[in-house]
Amino acid sequence: MSSTASSTQAAPAQAAAQLSVRELSAAERGVLRFITCGSVDDGKSTLIGRLLYDTKLLFEDQLAALERDSVRHGTQGKNMDFALLLDGLEAEREQGITIDVAYRYFATDKRKFIVADTPGHEQYTRNMATGASTADAAVILVDARKGVLTQTRRHTFITHLIGVRHIVLAVNKMDLVGYEQARFDEIVSEYMALADKLGFESISPVPMSALNGDNVIGRSERMPWYSGPPLLAQLEALDGSEADIATAFRMPVQWVNRPNLDFRGFSGQVSSGQIAVGDEIVVAKSGRTTRVKTISTADGPLPSASAGDAVTLVLEDEVDISRGDVLAKPDDRPELSSQFVANILWMNEEKLAPGRSYLMKVGAQIVQASVKAIKHRVDVNTMEQTPANELALNEIGFCELTSNQPIVFDPYDAIPEGGAFILVDRYSNQTVAAGMISHSLSRATNVHKHAMDVTQDDRSRAYGHKPAILWFTGLSGSGKSTIANLVERRLAQMGAHTYSLDGDNVRQGLNKDLGFSDADRVENIRRVGEVAKLFVDAGTIVTASFISPFKSERDLVRSLVKPGEYIEIFVDTPITVCAQRDPKGLYKKAMAGEIKNFTGIDSPYEPPESPELILETTNEPPEVSVDRVINYLREQGILSVSGGATAGYSI
Amino acid sequence: MTLDRLLTDYAERFKEPRPRARPLPAHLKRLEAESIFIMREVAASFENPVMLYSIGKDSSVMLHLAMKAFWPSRPPFPFCTSTTRKFREMIAFRDLIAQKLGLDLIVHTNQDGVERGINPYASGSSLHTQVMKTEALRQALDTHGFDAAFGGARRDEEKSRAKERIFSFRNESHGWDPKNQRPELWNLYNTRKAPGESIRVFPLSNWTELDIWTYIAEEEIPIVPLYFADRRPTVERDGQIFMVDDDRTPLKAGEVPVDRVVRFRTLGCYPLTAAVESEAASLEEIVAEMLTARTSERSGRLIDHDESGSMEKKKREGYF
Repeated sequence: MSSTASSTQAAPAQAAAQLSVRELSAAERGVLRFITCGSVDDGKSTLIGRLLYDTKLLFEDQLAALERDSVRHGTQGKNMDFALLLDGLEAEREQGITIDVAYRYFATDKRKFIVADTPGHEQYTRNMATGASTADAAVILVDARKGVLTQTRRHTFITHLIGVRHIVLAVNKMDLVGYEQARFDEIVSEYMALADKLGFESISPVPMSALNGDNVIGRSERMPWYSGPPLLAQLEALDGSEADIATAFRMPVQWVNRPNLDFRGFSGQVSSGQIAVGDEIVVAKSGRTTRVKTISTADGPLPSASAGDAVTLVLEDEVDISRGDVLAKPDDRPELSSQFVANILWMNEEKLAPGRSYLMKVGAQIVQASVKAIKHRVDVNTMEQTPANELALNEIGFCELTSNQPIVFDPYDAIPEGGAFILVDRYSNQTVAAGMISHSLSRATNVHKHAMDVTQDDRSRAYGHKPAILWFTGLSGSGKSTIANLVERRLAQMGAHTYSLDGDNVRQGLNKDLGFSDADRVENIRRVGEVAKLFVDAGTIVTASFISPFKSERDLVRSLVKPGEYIEIFVDTPITVCAQRDPKGLYKKAMAGEIKNFTGIDSPYEPPESPELILETTNEPPEVSVDRVINYLREQGILSVSGGATAGYSI
Repeated sequence: MTLDRLLTDYAERFKEPRPRARPLPAHLKRLEAESIFIMREVAASFENPVMLYSIGKDSSVMLHLAMKAFWPSRPPFPFCTSTTRKFREMIAFRDLIAQKLGLDLIVHTNQDGVERGINPYASGSSLHTQVMKTEALRQALDTHGFDAAFGGARRDEEKSRAKERIFSFRNESHGWDPKNQRPELWNLYNTRKAPGESIRVFPLSNWTELDIWTYIAEEEIPIVPLYFADRRPTVERDGQIFMVDDDRTPLKAGEVPVDRVVRFRTLGCYPLTAAVESEAASLEEIVAEMLTARTSERSGRLIDHDESGSMEKKKREGYF
C-alpha cells in the first residue's frame, strides 16, 4: 500500500523536475565533455588548436611560446604546429607523439567545453580510456586520404564500451582529396557499417579541413554539397550528461558527517535520480529502511536533491550506515551479489590471471575480487570474440568475477556510476583494470541463499564462547609464540575451543611453496588469514603468531571476519631486546648478511597504528601479558556467552 | 568594509547558512560538486591529509569548497602554507581568515634556506623556488607525515598541468613520473599507496581562470585586496611591473618607485610576481577585463619561464 502511495506522489514531482531541467537547458546548455581520437597524423591536435585559436582562447604569450616551440620542435615547417600546444610533456615533444590525455577548456556563447585530447597509439589505450570515461561525446578523426583504419575501429569500440553516447565522425584533410563528396560518402558508409550496430545515440559525419578551417567553426564554401552544420555547431547541439533524474535514485555514502552528538549525516553525491525530504529510503546492503529528515548543505537545507548534487542526508532513524553503503528507494533497489559478469579493460603490463585477488572499487565500496573465468576476449581491432585464459595490456575481456563480500551495483548500461569499477593490485597499488558490470550471475538479491543449517551463532552457543582471531604481530624473538602458547593453554583449561597457527605449522605444509620475498610474505599472510577465518566460522578461538610486518596484510585479515572478531595484539619488543634474546640465532645470521629479507634488519616492519592490545615484554613477565589478553576477551564478551548446551565450564 | 568585518561576515555564513538568492549557473554547480566529491573522497580515504593554502584566489576557492564539503563539520584536515616572501597584505589576510574560520593553520618555512640567505634577488628565481618552495613543501609534508596534500592547481594554467591526474601519485622523494601516471577512470580515484609515498590532489583541475572569478563573484568569496586595482608604489623591470612591498625589496641603482594603478592576476612570492596596469577595482570589472585579456595569467609568473619545460621539471622534483 505504501508503495502505491509514494509512486502517485512521485509522479507530479518528477514531471515538475523534468520541466525545470528543460527550462534550465534552454537558458544554459551546460558543459559538454568530449574526447578527440584518431590515428597519429589525422590532425587531432591541429583541430583542437584551431578550435582554441578561432574561439580566441589562445593568449598572446601562449601564441608567442608556440611560435618559439614550433621553430624548435615543430613538424609544420614555418607554420605553427598546434600539436605542441597539447603535447605538454617533454617526452611527447621529443618523440612527436601523444602519450597522455591533455585537457583543454574553451567556450562559445552557447556552451562550455572540456576537451580531452587522447593518444592514438595502442600502447596508450589506457590513457585514452581515462579520457573517454568522463566524456559525453567523441570526435573521431579520419584522414580523408586513408579512410577507416585499425585505430579508427579500436577507438570506436572503446568509446562504445565506455558508454560514450555521441560520435562526431570528422573526415579531415578534405583539402587533400579535392573536397570531393564521393570520397566523403565512401568513408561515411564504411564507418557506418562498423559503428551502426554498436548502439550510439547519434553519429554525425562532417567533412572538414582543420588546417584551413573548413567546416570547423564556419560553413565551408568549398563543399557546397554538404548541407549539415559545421563541427562546432554539432558539438553545441549535443546533450551533455546533465542530471539524469528519470532513473532510479542512488547515492553512495562517501563520508559520515558527525561534527557533534546532535548531528549525524551521510555525505555523498547523488549519482542518479532524485530524492526529497520525507521520501522513504533503503540501505541497499542491509535492507534497513528509514526516511529522509533533512537534506543539508552549506547553502541551507534543500527540499530535494537530484543527480549530480553533493549533499548531506540526515535520516529519521538511527540506522547503521557507513562509507560504501548505497542509499536507494525501497521500490527500486540496486542489485546485491558477489558473482557477476563484466567487461574488463586490462591496463597493466603484468597479465590478468584468473583466480588472483585484486582490490575492487565500485563507488565507495572496496572489496576483494578475482576473475573466475574469461568468457571471451574481444579483438579491439576487429571486434571479434575469441576464447582466452588471460588478458594482456590493453586487451578487453568479458569476464566472470567473484568478490569476497557482496557488492551493491547496477548494470553499467542502466546506471554507469553504479556499474563502473577499477581493479587495483594489492602489492603494487597500480590501477590494473577498468570494468563495467553487465549483470549479476546469481540474479539473487539475497546473498545468504546458501546459508548453512548450522550457523556460526549456533556453534558459538554450543561452545559457550564467541569465536575470534587473536593475531599476535611483532618482530622475530619478540615473544609472540611464547605468549600465544600460554594464552591457548589458559583458554583450553577454561574449556574453550582453540587452535593455534604459527610459522612452524603453516610454513611446512600449506605454505611450503612460499619464500620470504615481500610478495611471498603477503601471500603467506593471506592464506593464514583465510584458514583463520574458517576456524572462526567453526566457532574456534584461533591464536595466530606471525611477524606479519605489513599493515595492509593485517588489515586484509581483519577485513575477512566480522568487526570485533579480529583482535590485533602488538607484541611490542624493541629490536635491541629481540636481537639480544635471539632465541634461534637468526639476528646474528641476518646481521652477518647470511639471511636476506629479515624483518627489522633489511626488510621493514610497519608497527600497528591502532591495535586492540599492546604487550610490552621488556619488563612484563609473560603471565601478566596473558592475564591482560584474557581480561580483554572478557571485556569484549568473547568469553562471556553463557548457557551453552554442552559447555561444561562457565567462562 | 574593513577586512576584519568582511571576514567576520564570511565566517558567520558557515554558522547560519543562508539559501542562495538564485541558483548557481549549471556548469559552476557541476564543478563545485566535483570538487566537493574529491575532497570528501580524500577525507575518507587518507589518514593524514593536508590542504596547501597559498592565500591566492584559487586557494580561497579551494578553502571555500572545503568549508562547504564537510559542513556542518569543519574541514577534517589542517591547512599548510610556506615561504616567507609573501606580500604583507597576503600574510594579514591569511592570519585573519584562519582566525575567523577557526582553521588549523601550519606555517612552514625552510629555516635552512633562510639561514643560507636564499632569496630571489641574489639567488635567482630558479634556486629560490627550488629551496623555498619545493624543498620547503617537501619538508613540511615529511615533518608532519601528511599522506595526501590538496593543491589548487588548474589544468588550464600550464601545459604540463593539463596532463596531470586529479590524484597525482608521488614517490618517496615526492617526484612525479609523467610517463607512468595511473589511469584515472570515472570518479573512481585510486587512493592506495605504500608507506612514505604520497598523493597530491587537485580538486580544481577542471576549473578555468574565468570559472574561478565567476565563482568568487557568485559565492561572494573574500580574496586578498591585491587582486583589485589600486594606486601602489611600483618599479618597472624588463618590461614588467613590480610592486615595492616594503624594505625587503632592494631597489636597483637609479630606480625610484612610481605610483601606478595596478592589480595582480595571480599572487605568488612578491619578487616573482608582476602586476598589471588595470583599473578593474571590482569583481565585475575583473571578469570583464578577463574576457578581453590577451595574455595568460601565468605570464606574470617568472618561475614558469626561467627554463624551457620548466614546470614539468619542477613537478618531477616535487613542486605542486
